[in-house]
Amino acid sequence: MRDDDIIVLKEPELTAAERLYLPQILDGLKTTLRHMFDLQRRRAVVHQYPEQKREDTGELRTANYHGVHRLNKDPDGRVACVACFMCSTACPAHCIHIEAGESPWPDREKYPVKFDIDELRCIYCGMCEEACPVDAIELTPLYELVSCTREELILDKEKLLQVYEETKAVKPRKNPPVTDYGLTGRQSLDVAQPNVERKV
Amino acid sequence: MTDPTIKRIETLLRKPGVIFGAGAAILLLVTALLALAFPLYKPLLSAQFPFSMIVLAVMLALILSATAVCILAERKIAGFTQDRYGPNRVGFWGLLQPLADGLKFLLKEDIIPRHVDKPLFLLAPALALAASLLGFAIIPWAGQVRWPWMPPDAPPLSTQVANLNVGFLYLLAVGSLSVYGVVLAGYASNNKYAFYGGMRAAAQIISYELPLGLGLLVVLLVSGTLQLDQIVQQQAATGVWNIFLHPVAFFLVLVSALAEANRAPFDLPEAEQELVGGYHTEYSAMKFAMFFLGEYVHMITSSALMVALFFGGWHVWGLPGLENVTWWAMLVKLVAYLTKVALFIALFMLVRWTLPRFRFDQLMRVAWQSLVPIGVALLAATAVLTYLGWQHNVWASLAANLLLLVVLLRSAARSKRPVTARQDDLPEVDVRPTA
Repeated sequence: MRDDDIIVLKEPELTAAERLYLPQILDGLKTTLRHMFDLQRRRAVVHQYPEQKREDTGELRTANYHGVHRLNKDPDGRVACVACFMCSTACPAHCIHIEAGESPWPDREKYPVKFDIDELRCIYCGMCEEACPVDAIELTPLYELVSCTREELILDKEKLLQVYEETKAVKPRKNPPVTDYGLTGRQSLDVAQPNVERKV
Repeated sequence: MTDPTIKRIETLLRKPGVIFGAGAAILLLVTALLALAFPLYKPLLSAQFPFSMIVLAVMLALILSATAVCILAERKIAGFTQDRYGPNRVGFWGLLQPLADGLKFLLKEDIIPRHVDKPLFLLAPALALAASLLGFAIIPWAGQVRWPWMPPDAPPLSTQVANLNVGFLYLLAVGSLSVYGVVLAGYASNNKYAFYGGMRAAAQIISYELPLGLGLLVVLLVSGTLQLDQIVQQQAATGVWNIFLHPVAFFLVLVSALAEANRAPFDLPEAEQELVGGYHTEYSAMKFAMFFLGEYVHMITSSALMVALFFGGWHVWGLPGLENVTWWAMLVKLVAYLTKVALFIALFMLVRWTLPRFRFDQLMRVAWQSLVPIGVALLAATAVLTYLGWQHNVWASLAANLLLLVVLLRSAARSKRPVTARQDDLPEVDVRPTA
């Protein structure tokens, strides 16, 4: 970058009216008054929330809304997570707690014995979703997160899997067999996902 | 989770018929009780002192409930100007919101932090509210009244609580007392933000006392009396409100009143973006509510003062019989006065949701470099007019105001540093850390 790349912008001179300040005040009052009596605009803009919801009018972008998390299930109905800790490492709020155990299935080494997300600590940034190598953790369009105690909002594996069941209709799992574990691992495809029909 | 009974009550309260029906029923009940008890308090109504006490009680109740309504109105106006609805959940159209707010304030935990200066911390909110309430004593709500059961030659009763000789000087005195509440709150909180808010309030109110005083002096020169009821009567007699004589003086008083009440665009003492909550950062529950009430009461007082001084008090053109002292004329006057006050409050609120806050140097520049010179010049001009005996001449006063305005606007338009100027010619500060 050279010196002549720098463009020096001069602040525009104030007009006489702007310098007097008073005409500007009247202008501002005119604007607020106009909005005060603009009933139509108000009706068009405001959602009366508990009665009118944006998901009902189709205005909520369900595909990329950052709401409550879910743990996806693979086509066999097993938890898709492989307990690799990528999400909890990526999480800037440290709200994901995973305990891994040896997988009972032959196609993967580990699976989460415990998988807890503190929804009150979470900042809903979606980094976990980005980090997951098997697209097991995803953010859903659910935003009504209410409870009487803080403990209730630490969602465990069962609850997170239940969220998947609740939301898979609105937001289907991105790419169900995202990574075929077997292709890179030691197991064959048939072992990895025995019930899925394969295209060769 | 939601209790069906609560749900049912909620939907019931949101029906307009229920709310207005209940309101009408309460009103009817109160009227009936007052009518039944009439023989009891009839003698009280006939003498000035007990009558003043009754006025005091009635107006106090009215103003305190009016502040609650004001808060709802403020939030509604805020919503409307921002293309929202404002509170509309509690009761029909949100009409029960003040009730819910009051209940919330009462039930909240009243926290006194350990690091505060406790006596002053407790005193400050009381002082803020009390000082604002004191001003009501001299507002001439509805002129004078002679009840039908009083002898026709008896002197009519004044609807002022106290008809002081010193008139609006008293209002100036107690009006600026309310800064004590704010400063003490800031000091007692032992919190930098609160303290800074208090200091700002002190500097601001001292600065804006001057233009306020100058504007009021102009009215004093015109009317020759400090008593508010006489000022109103003069305006009613001629039909020429003081605003038509001295619009510039009114402007001075309006701006200063905004500043004295800590209202936007002069709400620097409680600037949320800079000072957390300003002087009331450490206050909660009812003590916080008292500051809140104090602010709104102050707003109502200054509106009532401006209506009396510049907008003819209870006077309305085209209504015959207002100069009478019958009780129905009194009611009409009261309604007229309160309507004018309400309009003023609406203006205050509209201004709050329109204008951005001043920076502190701008605030000081507005007071000392524009309002005070304008005030002094206007005062001198009015003094000359009064000397010549033309103080009631509309055209002479208007000409003086207009001339002043033209001169000022010309100089302001040429000014190198208008109110809106940036803070660019300050000396540079060395920000490197000291070794």
